[in-house]
Amino acid sequence: MIRLSPRPSALSLAAGLGLAAMLTAPVPALADATADRHAILDALAEEARAANADFAGFSAAAGETLFRTAWAGGDDRTPSCTACHTEDPRAMGRNAKTGRPIEPVAVSVKPDRFTDPDEVAKQFRRDCKAVLGRACTAQEKGDYITFMAEQ
Amino acid sequence: MTRQAFPITLALLALVAAGPALADDDWIPPVTDELTMAECGDCHMAFQPGFLPARSWEAMMDGLADHFGDDATIAPEKADHIRAYLTANAGDRIRSEMAREYMRWVREGGVPLRITENPEFLGEHDFRPSVWERPEVVTKSNCPACHQAAERGDYEDD
Repeated sequence: MIRLSPRPSALSLAAGLGLAAMLTAPVPALADATADRHAILDALAEEARAANADFAGFSAAAGETLFRTAWAGGDDRTPSCTACHTEDPRAMGRNAKTGRPIEPVAVSVKPDRFTDPDEVAKQFRRDCKAVLGRACTAQEKGDYITFMAEQ
Repeated sequence: MTRQAFPITLALLALVAAGPALADDDWIPPVTDELTMAECGDCHMAFQPGFLPARSWEAMMDGLADHFGDDATIAPEKADHIRAYLTANAGDRIRSEMAREYMRWVREGGVPLRITENPEFLGEHDFRPSVWERPEVVTKSNCPACHQAAERGDYEDD
């Protein structure tokens, strides 16, 4: 079982104080998100380098192409990323299969995007299969995040 | 006065009795488990477990790799937690009038996976195609498109 709300303890008190500090000081919180995103990008870069000795870093332009290309390799309802996320990454999207509203992908609008490695891995696994009809490479994932971080 | 009191009392009693009964028809216990809410609610509204029997939720959690055509797999420990919550609160395990109405259409041993195919659902949603074609609806399982409080278990007609 996963316990989501642990009992109050010295630890959670400390965490609470930490949260309070974060709330009163938004800049460190934002810095934390940026650091988390960089850690994810670093891990992807390592993976990309292992797959390709000529790896030359991530590209926002390539990420944008990935985002806008009509791959039509997966589900008919999601030929491209934009099928759900719209042409504007800063806008609210809508799941093309379920109708569920989707928060913007652009980091400028939703700063906690691409900060949880498990969440990022899960979303790429699902969405790449649905849009491209295959898993995305580390290069593609890094390009995508790099593009969205600048949006 | 005294002669009239009885029928009036009866009428009042009937009203009082009818009130909650009507509300019970349109309300089902909402999802209260945080992880279930977060993971199921990632792609669609986290449907209330009372709409399906426990064996359906078992089948649902067994089949996440092909979840209505999508890969919805999650970490095994999370899946176990969600499975336990959904089955414990399934339509054949809880006391709920709305759940009972859905369960009565389920064949003994039947394992339905789509709530939208339950005759109880179909009977309440006999609309013109144009209603389903509204851009915000997208699919019949998108409850909150019309029932704004659906996530709270409230399906009162809007």
